[in-house]
Amino acid sequence: MSKNNENHGIGMHAKEKISNTIIYIILTLMSIIWLTPFVCIVLQSFRVESTWQVGYVVPKQFGLGNYTALLNTDFPKWYLNTFCMALVVAVLQPLFVLCMSYTLSRFRFKMRKPLMKFMLILGLFPGMLTMIILYRVLKDMGLTMANAVPGLILVYIASSGMGYYISKGFFDTIPFSLDEAARIDGATRLQVLTRIILPLSKSIVIYTILTAFMGPWGDFIFAKYISFNTSAGMNVAVGLYSWLNKDMIASRYTMFCAGGVLVAIPVTILFLLLQNYYVEGVTGGSVKG
Amino acid sequence: MNKIIKVIGDEFKDFFDALIHGDWKTKLSFIVMGAGNFLRGQIVRGLFFLAFQILFIYYLINNGCYWLSMLPSLGKEGPGETYDEFYDQYVYTYNDNSFQILLYGVLTIFLIVAAVITWRMNIKQAYENQKTLAKGKKLTTFKQDIKSIVDEKFYRTLLTVPVLGITVFTVLPIVFMILVAFTNYDGTHDGYVTNLFTWVGLKNFKSMLNFSASGGNYGTIFSKILGWTLIWAFFATFSNYILGILVALMINKKGIKLKKMWRTIFVLTIAIPQFISLLYVSKLFDRSGIVNGTLMNLGWITEPLPFWENAMWARVLVILINIWIGIPYLMLIATGILMNIPADLYEAATIDGANKFQQFRYITMPYMLFVTGPYLLTSFTGNMNNFNVIYLLSAGGPTNSAASSAAGSVGYTDLLVTWLFKITTGAEAQYYMASVIGIAIFIIVSIITLVVYNLLPSNKNEGDMA
Repeated sequence: MSKNNENHGIGMHAKEKISNTIIYIILTLMSIIWLTPFVCIVLQSFRVESTWQVGYVVPKQFGLGNYTALLNTDFPKWYLNTFCMALVVAVLQPLFVLCMSYTLSRFRFKMRKPLMKFMLILGLFPGMLTMIILYRVLKDMGLTMANAVPGLILVYIASSGMGYYISKGFFDTIPFSLDEAARIDGATRLQVLTRIILPLSKSIVIYTILTAFMGPWGDFIFAKYISFNTSAGMNVAVGLYSWLNKDMIASRYTMFCAGGVLVAIPVTILFLLLQNYYVEGVTGGSVKG
Repeated sequence: MNKIIKVIGDEFKDFFDALIHGDWKTKLSFIVMGAGNFLRGQIVRGLFFLAFQILFIYYLINNGCYWLSMLPSLGKEGPGETYDEFYDQYVYTYNDNSFQILLYGVLTIFLIVAAVITWRMNIKQAYENQKTLAKGKKLTTFKQDIKSIVDEKFYRTLLTVPVLGITVFTVLPIVFMILVAFTNYDGTHDGYVTNLFTWVGLKNFKSMLNFSASGGNYGTIFSKILGWTLIWAFFATFSNYILGILVALMINKKGIKLKKMWRTIFVLTIAIPQFISLLYVSKLFDRSGIVNGTLMNLGWITEPLPFWENAMWARVLVILINIWIGIPYLMLIATGILMNIPADLYEAATIDGANKFQQFRYITMPYMLFVTGPYLLTSFTGNMNNFNVIYLLSAGGPTNSAASSAAGSVGYTDLLVTWLFKITTGAEAQYYMASVIGIAIFIIVSIITLVVYNLLPSNKNEGDMA
């Protein structure tokens, strides 16, 4: 209690000011730490004098050489691969996720709880385990290596229904009385979905599309396994990773930085534009799920 | 448990009822699927059943029987050389394919289960129809059936494709991989090109528990990696959790300006694809990376610091970098929850003389723990399987020579999943061991989930999740 009296002694106002100043200092320091790597990568992507790692941050000479050099590599191909996958996945994956989560939220049927429990158990297996067999199966279908793009799309979409938790949490918050009122007025279940629920669910739909679109840009492990060292089938993550091995890094390090910047720009802009939907999804859904 | 027994009991009762009290139309549907439907006017429905039956029998005769008969041996004739008279030389031939036998064998069993369920459904409908007609009511017409697809049965329409996708791309592979743990499927026994693989019983599980060097040393490696996996998951989860909440508290404190700007700075880390930030930061701490270079230019050190070469340094560094990656998520989640804590709780505490720390300890933390309990649990198990952060930062290194023998090279920061991955690549791939590791991960994660989930306070009024 003595501390409390002390506070009154200094005066609440002054104390408030001191603590706010400390917070500003901490936040500023943290911001610097958080932003430094990104500033570094941008600066190094413009470096001219050396293509390898150097011990300083600001280049001695600036130029666009690393960016133009990218055009003569497989980078445009990787970029196109990733972009195509992201587009298709952004359209189809939300359909799977929303169908699953809407059904589990809105309908009561005999298999509902067993189905949810079963998916919970499936989720406890490491996803990587399925990769070995999926690779062999896709290989037999001719969908690996140079043709990895359709194969990967299949892998990303097929099981995506299991990621229903966040959007189910959202649908659970829409009052059931809305459904019932519409049903009494003679609407079918399909009409309830299209005319009542969907217009109310704009934020979760955008959230699902956004995360689906960002998935292929960041996926590393499945893309690596299924493209199997074939450059034509790689996505940006696997392609750029291959530039950092011991033999390549000396000549490709700054190009890696340039490539990284080119990948980050569109994704980041899109994300920042839609960040409110993302925040809503994360804060609303993850707590319940 | 009692409920399940009751459901099964009811099913059997209904089944025998239909067998005993069914008229000839119902009884015929035991043999000819759909008979109870099309003989009573539900022609389209009946034809669907019949078509399914014909297709299933056709498949069973043409392929299914072969796969099933090969399943116990997983192939009899491996690849070999045969004499070709025409060319007067030996040619290499491929014969049975163990991989396909196992895969299609499992698939056939899946199909048989599906067929039994459909057959049972067909009998049930036939008997229901008989009872409905006996009461003098009318059966549903095809038009009504079509309408119900978007109405009462709409959930089935919505679930069909996603559930099918999960069955083919998750359930089937998992069942397959569990079975692989009982075979000798590896790089030199790939089942087709190199050698057939076959059942070996519990041999792989025994060698996973073998702690002697002669037995491949798997037991020692496994326990070492498991130890680090748990340490990593603990620190990765709770460091992010506590620091994330603190950052959220700071940003949301009354009187702090530019809230939106602070938030955006942190959110930037989420926006940029993780592989870029992880790979780049990993190279920052390289021997010749910017951190070492800057420190040397400043004259603070003369030798590069062994960030990734020293086991302890590497372990601490991955945890620290993970904080950099993870805090923004937690900050967002915590912000959402903090806004929901009733303000009068704090007012009452202030009146009672509690200071800021006491308020955090006795109001904020319990509330947060209550609401985010399930999240904390999934994030712990998620971290146990956090492949990307480890693989892209340290690739599991530095190499732990004491623990790398039969299992290939294993590092000090390797998690069970990265070990699983490493063991499945290259010509030395040991798929059967990967499968054993996968099963082990499943068991460990399940135990943690079950124990913690029942301890969670928030679980009690949820009830809906599991």
